Amino acid sequence: MTMVDAGERMGQAGQAERSATVPDRGATSTLESDAGGRPVTDARPGAAPADTPPGPADTVLATRDVVISYSGAPAVRHVDIDVQRGDVTAIIGPSGCGKSTLLRCFNRMNDFIEGAGVTGQVLFEGIDIHASDIDPVELRRRIGMVFQRPNPFPKTIYDNVAWGPRMGGYSGDMDELVERSLVDAALWEEVKDKLKQPGHSLSGGQQQRLCIARALAMSPEVLLMDEPCSALDPIATGRIEELIESLRGRYSVVIVTHNMQQASRISDTTVFMYQGELIEVGPTARIFTNPEKQQTEDYVTGRFG
Amino acid sequence: MTASDRFRADSGRRHRRERTFRRLALSATWFGVVMLGILIVGILKDGVGQLSLDFLDNFPSRKPEQAGFKAAIWGSVWAVSFTGVFSVPLGIGAAIYLEEYAHKGRLVRILELLIANLAGVPSILYGMLGLIAFVRMFGLETTTILGIEVPFGRSVLAGSATLTLLILPVIIIASREALRAVPDSLRQAAYGIGATRWQCVRHHVLPAAIPGMLTGVVLALSRALGETAPLIMIGALTYVAFVPETPYDLFTAMPIQIFNWASRPQLEFHHLAATGCIVLLVVLLGMNGLAVWLRNRAESRKA
Repeated sequence: MTMVDAGERMGQAGQAERSATVPDRGATSTLESDAGGRPVTDARPGAAPADTPPGPADTVLATRDVVISYSGAPAVRHVDIDVQRGDVTAIIGPSGCGKSTLLRCFNRMNDFIEGAGVTGQVLFEGIDIHASDIDPVELRRRIGMVFQRPNPFPKTIYDNVAWGPRMGGYSGDMDELVERSLVDAALWEEVKDKLKQPGHSLSGGQQQRLCIARALAMSPEVLLMDEPCSALDPIATGRIEELIESLRGRYSVVIVTHNMQQASRISDTTVFMYQGELIEVGPTARIFTNPEKQQTEDYVTGRFG
Repeated sequence: MTASDRFRADSGRRHRRERTFRRLALSATWFGVVMLGILIVGILKDGVGQLSLDFLDNFPSRKPEQAGFKAAIWGSVWAVSFTGVFSVPLGIGAAIYLEEYAHKGRLVRILELLIANLAGVPSILYGMLGLIAFVRMFGLETTTILGIEVPFGRSVLAGSATLTLLILPVIIIASREALRAVPDSLRQAAYGIGATRWQCVRHHVLPAAIPGMLTGVVLALSRALGETAPLIMIGALTYVAFVPETPYDLFTAMPIQIFNWASRPQLEFHHLAATGCIVLLVVLLGMNGLAVWLRNRAESRKA
């Protein structure tokens, strides 16, 4: 229950804390040191505690019996999932089912919510992200996040993308990085002549793609998206979906969505949650055409939710 | 009889109550304005006659026609400037810690309560604290620590330190309000790409909060400018025929000089007190105006 608090304090304690890494935890320290090393595919023997059931070889994110509670009241209960590298994984379910809570847990954004606590294990590259020697700041660089409402910084388009790398001590060519990130986010053609204009001058859909570019500029391995299209019109939504398609394979995308059609269009794997519990996980095509559980069928056919 | 008919037909009483309440609220508003008007008119009537460049440029004197406000003006400028230098970093720092870093546990709630209570402590008590802690430093022998002479004695430094304690809670509370007004989406954006708390605060939260903080700081400093009791308590002088040149110099302040003049028997000195009030009011209204301007500018920028 207090793991989050303890971890957060450890993270804030910074270098001094981390230099005290115990030897058998050596592998986990790569979470701080291999900046820019994307994608990390090397096996990390001994990284995961022995009692952890090993997932498939290309699992990038996994949860083991994860319970997330707010002030003691569980919002997510006993969830076990494996997120495959390079896939688009959609988490669907009715409002309040805990899907956003689960998503925020992957990069420890729940640390900022007073009273939030996690038990069980969340494994990133086989490493428990709540271990005391994990730096949540570095974790968030490697697991990027896009939020429900576009939230560009009140800065220029260029600085919106460049700020994160600058803060992270990026040593490469910044102009090149900004251009590459904006190209990857399918925004470059629209903004290449107005990089010095404020990010807020863009349309809502463009702002959201700017936020995606901002996340991509950090060379993340995983991109978490929390209902990224819920504030956008259908045309802007379509462009974001195309963009997500283009990221498949290069990044592992986990997207929370209210929109079942969206999940069926863009995801490889679908996770269905209901009232804080994981009901069913499987290949998207199967979840939408031949679900195993009655609740899943009722939800995907629109009978409730 | 339908449900619609059951509503009271004569709504005259309702409307009369409405009008009465509106008038009461309106007169409550005007009460303060009228009192301020009476105060200003009274002071102007007594004081405007003596207002001259000589008044601003003369030191105090036993002869009313030669007495001036210079030592008090400069004493106040010195004291309030140092108060700003001390209280702004301390107050904003505490506010940033409480809003951006601290886990909202029991300790923080106790701190919040203490700070809120400190804001309500009578200023004479701060004067007592200043006398013990800064002027005498609990009876410390005169010595120099890190190039600073201690104890401070009845100096500008002691006065500023005392006024700092007095306005610190106000600055902390105002700064916290300003930080709370910064949307959380901005913080999430920064943390979500791996920024540390300080990077987020330094580059996003502070720039957004500073106009609001400045408003609070200016209002707190204008309170420090008008404070008399704590300065009398720590022994700021009433007769000072010089302008402070170092923070260790003795000093007086505008409200102290005004109090001194007003407590003399001669009518001429009472008029000088009114003139001093005019100067003090002009400076205070100027500072309040600055605060309003800062707030408006910040709001128009956000829009």
